[in-house]
Amino acid sequence: MNASTKSHSFDLATASVRELNAALHALKDGTNASLWQVANPRGLHAIAAGLDAPVTVEVDGPVGYYCGGMNKQATIIVRGAAGVGVAENMMSGRVEVAGDVSQAAGATAHGGALIIGGDAGARCGISMKGVDIVVKGSVGHMSAFMAQAGTLTVFGDAGEALGDSIYEARLYVRGGVKSLGADCVEKEMRDEHRQELYERFKLAGVEGELDPSDFKRYGSARTLYHFHVDNASAY
Amino acid sequence: MCGIVGLFLKDKALEPKLGELLSGMLEIMTDRGPDSAGFAVYGAGAPDEVKLTLRAPEGYDFAGLAAKLGDGVGLSERATHAILTLPAGREAEVRDTLAKVAPDVTVVGAGSRMELYKEVGLPSDVAVRFKLAEMSGTHGIGHTRMATESAVTTNGAHPFSTGADQCLVHNGSLSNHRTVRRNLERAGVAIQTDNDSEVAAGYLSWRMREGRSLGEALEDSLGDLDGFYTFVVGTESGFGVLRDPIACKPAVMAETDQYVAFGSEYRALAGLPGIENAKVWEPEPAKVYFWDRAAA
Amino acid sequence: MNEHVKAPAAPRTLPRESATFDAYTLSEIRRAAATGIYDIRGAGAKRKLPHFDDLLFLGASMSRYPLEGYRERCGTDVVLGTRFAKKPIELKIPITIAGMSFGSLSGPAKEALGRGASAMGTSTTTGDGGMTQEERGHSTKLVYQYLPSRYGMNPDDIRKADAIEVVVGQGAKPGGGGMLLGQKISPRVAKMRTLPEGIDQRSACRHPDWTGPDDLEIKIEELREITDWEKPIYVKVGAARPYYDTALSVKAGADVVVVDGMQGGTAATQEVFIENVGIPTLAAVRQAVKALQDLGMHRKVQLIVSGGIRNGADVAKALALGADAVAIGTAALVALGDNDPKWEAEYQALGTTAGAYDDWHEGRDPAGITTQDAELMKRLDPEIAGRRLANYLSVMTLEAQTIARACGKSHVHNLEPEDLVALTIEAAAMANVPLAGTTWIPGQSGGF
Repeated sequence: MNASTKSHSFDLATASVRELNAALHALKDGTNASLWQVANPRGLHAIAAGLDAPVTVEVDGPVGYYCGGMNKQATIIVRGAAGVGVAENMMSGRVEVAGDVSQAAGATAHGGALIIGGDAGARCGISMKGVDIVVKGSVGHMSAFMAQAGTLTVFGDAGEALGDSIYEARLYVRGGVKSLGADCVEKEMRDEHRQELYERFKLAGVEGELDPSDFKRYGSARTLYHFHVDNASAY
Repeated sequence: MCGIVGLFLKDKALEPKLGELLSGMLEIMTDRGPDSAGFAVYGAGAPDEVKLTLRAPEGYDFAGLAAKLGDGVGLSERATHAILTLPAGREAEVRDTLAKVAPDVTVVGAGSRMELYKEVGLPSDVAVRFKLAEMSGTHGIGHTRMATESAVTTNGAHPFSTGADQCLVHNGSLSNHRTVRRNLERAGVAIQTDNDSEVAAGYLSWRMREGRSLGEALEDSLGDLDGFYTFVVGTESGFGVLRDPIACKPAVMAETDQYVAFGSEYRALAGLPGIENAKVWEPEPAKVYFWDRAAA
Repeated sequence: MNEHVKAPAAPRTLPRESATFDAYTLSEIRRAAATGIYDIRGAGAKRKLPHFDDLLFLGASMSRYPLEGYRERCGTDVVLGTRFAKKPIELKIPITIAGMSFGSLSGPAKEALGRGASAMGTSTTTGDGGMTQEERGHSTKLVYQYLPSRYGMNPDDIRKADAIEVVVGQGAKPGGGGMLLGQKISPRVAKMRTLPEGIDQRSACRHPDWTGPDDLEIKIEELREITDWEKPIYVKVGAARPYYDTALSVKAGADVVVVDGMQGGTAATQEVFIENVGIPTLAAVRQAVKALQDLGMHRKVQLIVSGGIRNGADVAKALALGADAVAIGTAALVALGDNDPKWEAEYQALGTTAGAYDDWHEGRDPAGITTQDAELMKRLDPEIAGRRLANYLSVMTLEAQTIARACGKSHVHNLEPEDLVALTIEAAAMANVPLAGTTWIPGQSGGF
């Protein structure tokens, strides 16, 4: 925050999500790095969706579906839980949720950082395309399904079919993995990966608290990249 | 395709407010199901008595009907629905009489404590019509419906009764319900509507008739019902929750010292007392959850 | 008699080919046995289906009065997205260009579509692969598809688009995903889709972050929030249960519903899917219209019909049955030069013939349209091809107007189902119009 940071408060008990988003969309790139404090979100949907300015939005409570959807540049902090598809298709910026998040967190996101304080539900990072997701708790089944690029770092456990049909995304899990999906395999942790993992710890503000050596790396066996009859049962 | 809510009270002090809380939860789920709504409330009851929930056309003379059923039959009316309270031993006889003297009256539910109301219209209007906010009880479940492949009618509205003091609400879409329906009909379980959820309700009734517990019947449904579903099932002593193995349809649960609550979305839970400090989580796929008054 | 003379040979029957095991079927069994993979191809259903050809218009004579061609006005304009969007799309003709991806088509082909459509005042649509400069730059009205894979999806392009089309399914494969084979994942396509070059790309069949109309409603709300409620939101479904799917699209909040029949094309999918899943366009229109009418939303939520639209008669028939506009894909590619007999020698070399070439996914299109090959691509001049498309759209519009005038209509939208009769019982039942010369509509008592 620079010296010109202005603070605004917005109460969703008395104003609508539409009014909030319209005000946030009116901010122009780089002109006013402001802080917006949003009260009473009550699980409402599409809070702070479609932002494109280096603004910080702090939401005090649980949000519904698609909070921070398609985010660019903005930092969105949720002091509570988040519903389906938090930070879906994010391009850049940062979305941070203190509590648990529902399914499809960070779905198809191209960039930026998604930091989840609690657990993530099913399909976390589905079809992710470059985002860095850090989940301090565990992730549900079918996480990183068809994940194309980016990293998913899980401090806890992963549910069934982790990384099914994965492309080039990299998955780091500290705890147990219930099962790996088709074409997803454990891979060697080399120095470059420990370095990458350390960078993710920094992103989540926990560097020094965790040891990269406690994590295992998972990625694509690349056997589904070209159809072969002997792999047909994996489709 | 729908919204589901459920509330199970642990704290007796909240019981007078059950209807009010459930009504608020139901209303918030209007976007998910604007076509019709319904709910079941588990209120006062006596073990030697049975409550029959009747539904009839607008303006029906329930008092006249009750008079025909003889002494000892209590009546309470709410819009198109009425609750008959009678000695448990008279249930079969009264049902026979109803079928003869009142063919346009449907028995939508029965049990010692369950009352079941459903109607076409916006959930908030339905709740007001039946004065849900005034009802008290230990637990209740509710449903808002966006009709998919069956008609927008009261018959198609949820909950569907599955047996004495049992009912079911559903969000999702079953893909093999026609086959299951044919099998149930062969087993003598009548399905009244085109609704896939009624098939699910009938399926559970049938499994329990075959000697399975409700929890076991829910386990069985994982093998026999295909498609996408989240079920919430109400019973005399509590409620159960089950999601299909793929678990695409949303479900959120919250628990405090005072209650356990279910909602299709967190929004439905946002107005509950102490929700900010509740344990909030999503039920796992293919896992049967149950909250029981005896165990609570 | 000479006992050395042989008895005459008994007459023999001709070799008889099985109607069940016909030559095509046999070739497919051999192909499957040799490769172990299902047949993948482009385009839509090729089998014979009841279609708009089976309907005829009742022109005016004594009981109705026709309009004078070329003098008395017959409007063709259409406005899409009047329900919620602040900025509906105004088109000059009721024929739009369906979604076709950059990746399945070359950059110049996408440019040509934009040029042709813009010249006629109508829209083009992106596809599974994002928005290209060629396309946005040359399309005055561009619909941005929102697909399960979300390749190249980004908020800047969403804000640049004139409408958003949430694709639930397409007529060639309702319920299915796609497959773009490695030959077409060129460096540029790979970059746009965030995929390794040259791999086979598998597309998902469901959206990653919602399932069903109750959740679609919330997704549409998010898209409206991101675009400040300006852009019309279309929902596209493959025709399978169009009555329910249309009704549920409306309940989920769509401004426009797009129903794509099984003749609608695809860049690449399993042949078994294309030919065996979904219903014909003719059968889908009335069901979709009925859903809108039952909800009191006909003409308030607009209906676009696609799948096998070829000429102005098809356009007029779709509109008469209740559509607001049609979309063309395969026909537009043919107008650009796809399957042109001038490349016959090359089609032969690929083991096919002009008119039957459908291995669009292999990227070796002699016409340079469904390819990412730099040399083949050069064969398509986007200006000339764009002009050809504009000509074709113009002819279709004139044809639709000619029919509308003959039925006494000063706007093509005033055509009605009652202006139509059917040549076959099948078409009469599907389109819900009487068999020609009778008042009989099969199945009317039973509905559908």
